[in-house]
Amino acid sequence: MLVPLSWLRQYTDIDADAETFAERMILSGSNVETVRTFGKDIKGVVIGRVLSVERHENSDHLFICRVDVGADTRTIVTGAPNVSPGILVPVALHGSELPGGIRIKKGKLRGVMSEGMICSPEELGFDDKVTPISSKDGIWILPDEFEVGADAPTAMCLDETVVDFEITPNRPDCLSILGMAREAAAVFGAPLRYPNTDAPIASQHTAADFIRVEIRRPDLCGRYAARAAEDIVIGESPWWLQRRLMFAGMRPINNIVDITNYVMLEYGHPIHAFDIRTIAGGVIIVDTAKDGETFTTLDNVTRTLRGDMLLINDGEKGVAIAGVMGGLNSEIEADTRTILVEAANFNPSGVRLTSKALGIRSEASSRFEKGVSAELSGAAADRVCALIAETGAGRVAAGIVDNYPGKAERASIRVRVDRMNALLGTTIGADEMANMLERLEMDVAREPGILRVTPPHVRIDLTEEVDFSEEIGRMYGYDRLDATLHRDNVEVVVPRSLSLRETVRGTLTAMGLSEIQTYSFVSPEGADRIGLPADSPARDFVRLRNPLGEENSVMRTALLPNMLEILKGNFNRSNANVKLFEIGNTFLNAGAGTLPTERLSLSVGAYGVWGFFELKGVVEGVLRRLGIEGAIFESAADTGTYHPGRCARVFLPGSDEVAADRRAIGLLGEIHPDVRAAYDIGADVWGAEIDLEYVIGRADLTRRYEPLDRYPAVTRDVSLLTTEDVTVGAVTEIIAQTGGKLLERAELFDVYRGKQIPDGMKSLSFSLTYRAPDRTLTDEEVAKTHEKILKAIEENTGAGLREV
Amino acid sequence: MLNKPDELLNEARASIDRSATEADIEAVRIGFLGKKGRLTAILRSMGDLNPDERKELGLRANRVRDEIEALIGEKKRAITAALRAERFSSEKLDVTEPGKGVSLGSRHPITRTIDEICRIFANMGYSVTEGPEAETVFNNFDALNAAPNHPSRDLTDTFYITEDILLRTQTSPVQVRTLRSTQPPIKVISPGRCFRADTPDATHSPMFHQVEGLLVDEGVTMADLKGALDAFAKRMFGNDVTTKFRPHFFPFTEPSAEMDMSCFVCRGKGCRVCKGSGWIEILGCGMVHPNVLRVGGADAERYTGFAFGIGVERIAMLKHGIEDIRLFYENDIRFIGQFA
Repeated sequence: MLVPLSWLRQYTDIDADAETFAERMILSGSNVETVRTFGKDIKGVVIGRVLSVERHENSDHLFICRVDVGADTRTIVTGAPNVSPGILVPVALHGSELPGGIRIKKGKLRGVMSEGMICSPEELGFDDKVTPISSKDGIWILPDEFEVGADAPTAMCLDETVVDFEITPNRPDCLSILGMAREAAAVFGAPLRYPNTDAPIASQHTAADFIRVEIRRPDLCGRYAARAAEDIVIGESPWWLQRRLMFAGMRPINNIVDITNYVMLEYGHPIHAFDIRTIAGGVIIVDTAKDGETFTTLDNVTRTLRGDMLLINDGEKGVAIAGVMGGLNSEIEADTRTILVEAANFNPSGVRLTSKALGIRSEASSRFEKGVSAELSGAAADRVCALIAETGAGRVAAGIVDNYPGKAERASIRVRVDRMNALLGTTIGADEMANMLERLEMDVAREPGILRVTPPHVRIDLTEEVDFSEEIGRMYGYDRLDATLHRDNVEVVVPRSLSLRETVRGTLTAMGLSEIQTYSFVSPEGADRIGLPADSPARDFVRLRNPLGEENSVMRTALLPNMLEILKGNFNRSNANVKLFEIGNTFLNAGAGTLPTERLSLSVGAYGVWGFFELKGVVEGVLRRLGIEGAIFESAADTGTYHPGRCARVFLPGSDEVAADRRAIGLLGEIHPDVRAAYDIGADVWGAEIDLEYVIGRADLTRRYEPLDRYPAVTRDVSLLTTEDVTVGAVTEIIAQTGGKLLERAELFDVYRGKQIPDGMKSLSFSLTYRAPDRTLTDEEVAKTHEKILKAIEENTGAGLREV
Repeated sequence: MLNKPDELLNEARASIDRSATEADIEAVRIGFLGKKGRLTAILRSMGDLNPDERKELGLRANRVRDEIEALIGEKKRAITAALRAERFSSEKLDVTEPGKGVSLGSRHPITRTIDEICRIFANMGYSVTEGPEAETVFNNFDALNAAPNHPSRDLTDTFYITEDILLRTQTSPVQVRTLRSTQPPIKVISPGRCFRADTPDATHSPMFHQVEGLLVDEGVTMADLKGALDAFAKRMFGNDVTTKFRPHFFPFTEPSAEMDMSCFVCRGKGCRVCKGSGWIEILGCGMVHPNVLRVGGADAERYTGFAFGIGVERIAMLKHGIEDIRLFYENDIRFIGQFA
């Protein structure tokens, strides 16, 4: 909301400089985005009148003008296509200064000496979106009310400070100069003055002679106030009015449109003006459109309406989409003589739905959406008429046609003084509170301990007691509130899942992996890219109804596709040896009407480092850190995502160690060459995804001490020659089962293929450690168990002892 | 004969002087003091002497033995020291060569920041709780007092899964969940992901993180809100920052405020970080609206409370000087790796 301070000062007395003003407004709740000053840096620009215009001999777009600048006349060359003899213009003379430190000097333009420059509005510091129509893309054709030779900044009052306020959605009343004046008056304890709404009546007619209003949908239109004016002469607005519009960010159009815009900015109430010629039978009917009815708005676009949209009509045809945009058919034209001034109140949701459905956002619609007080309509219509009279734009007809089905008495609200102090942590007295509220134009009835407050009708945000705590707080000043710490008696609880995730993070980073975070929504194509089977449950996506794009259209069911995307991004940037992990939620369909099931997952990904067993070591490390024993790794050739010979499915044993009870917790391995190719990564990629939700549930951070060994161990190394199909896991299992109590542990220390080993065979070397807790083992005892183990291996796998 | 030991001593001294290695010196020891050594031989030959001479010779021989032993010991130490010096010199390292540590992984800067925020509040007695990323429209909007036609509910602002289920646009629905599941006193923070239908650019991300805070108890005032958040700002950005509370609007708090903090970079003088104003907008907060307390099942007359929401990306960007929010989700290891 752009507020020119000179306009604000019409309604209240603010002596503070702009900086103090902004600071105090900010602390009272009107946040300031920017403060802009105009005019200060303009020097040596005067009002001039163009006497003659000739084409430049050596140019097809330049003109040579003789310009009267008061003391004498000057020759000025301009390229502006809108220059013509007789117009008043701002002239930057030789040696003048313009905003942005630009200095104007005389100089030759294609051989002709130009003794200055005729300025455009932009050259004097205005935004081109507020440039008057006549001056668009050219020089500024000024209203013919200035004295030739006068200092332009002075004559045009170009010195101005414009404060841009950020208005929160609860305060639509502040989207107006009067609303901001009310705030400023309260903050500075200054009086508030209202503008003149009393138009001298110069017409023989009354508004009712021209118009009759019928509201058929009082639910969508709570009030329709209409006034009329005759003998309108459409023309340019006086400079003071144009000036205020321009500083407030609006483009001057013509006197009637400018006045309706002016009153909209002043009161915050949208106004529409109709050419009464176009209203058949002098009747205005407020009703919904017929479903599918077409209507051409004043931007010359034909729109198809729905049956729930409010279309103002005259019994024969639509004339305006209520609160959104007028019709081309009833627009104010250059020859308009009689006008209807509409100040109506339309339902916020109705306007919002209509403007959204039609894709039209106008100043009017955005104000109605946020809420406009219906009580303003009469005053706003009156103010328009007062300005029509004041500017001599026409003769105002007496009376007002005012249908007000939505009129409601504003009830007072009971505000307990103690309650306010309890919320704010203050000890403000009842009288002081009442005074603060009265400064905001509220009516306050004082009762013991209670204030009965009736806010001004424009404050549609104040509906219950608690709302006044902010009014009192901000008038008192948030900066004056104490800063204390609440004394409480509560225990600090951190969810187990959260702290265990932190544990996993700590473990993985210590192992050299770095953490990534990726979007929860992904492309459904990821499922194909990672080669998921057609019947995979991970293809049952939770879909967004309004995604930003297909690539973010479904909630992820796995973290691996994002991991591969990120690896790809890093690979493309030539980042070497990348090891990453992510901890995040996956989303599974839980049935219609139910929130999706969110499940924690862990993904790991790497390239340029590692082989399978380093990856497996990482997974084992995490499990070990979480105190989870007995994970089983089984070859998984069926995944589609991973290399069939280099992938393991991980299981955790069931509680009673029954094999069928075991639970798959994830996959790890080398990413399948086809998948790798789909992500365009030119290196071997290692990946894993683990059901972290389940794993965390199984975590056990308690540690029980085992007594340290007191008797020496006996170690026997053994190398076994086996066929390739015999797995280390199977041999280890046999060793563990036959080793009995004496076997402390069995460790694989070498796998060898090559010289001396026949094709299709491999040599597995284990180190077996024997120990008894209560004695030193004899050679015989060890030999007995050792033999038993070797025999069991041989019987079950056919592996033989290899002579080393 | 009596002079023999001293002659021997002179000879031994010369041999010891000539010795250069541990083996040389050992040979000298054996040659003079060993069982068949020359000094031993002198003592053995004492049988021919008279008792006085024998006594005198014994004294002399023992003195010489002690002296030779001392000389040998001294020489041995010197040789050992020389060997050490030689070894140390040959083993000298260039300690300016780079270390060969195990590579340390990094936690994501967002995780780091959440962790830091949570730790600060945990130290002030706040528990941690979490809510789902996919939420009901009721918890995300209705229960939080958002107007039925509020624009933030639009499809252009909020991601919807169904008519009634959306991706939460804020962590505030956790307020509703907590109030509904717990009786006051309540003192929690809740970190998590949020989503808004923004196209990514340097300052917008369709996914971002917040940390929500909620304290509900008897006698909680806006002064307590100021105290808690001022303490947070100081612990997060340093004890010399000051805070300023501005009235603002949120549907679920009344009164509402935004907290600005004096710029920790320029200390309020005005710089690029604070865009010249000396102040940085840090968070939104306010006293929990009685409607929210009621929906949550708390007695809105008996209890009051405050709530706040902190934008994690914003804090992380300020704290680490990051200028583009997209960096967080590109996960370039050169970026992530800076936060080990």
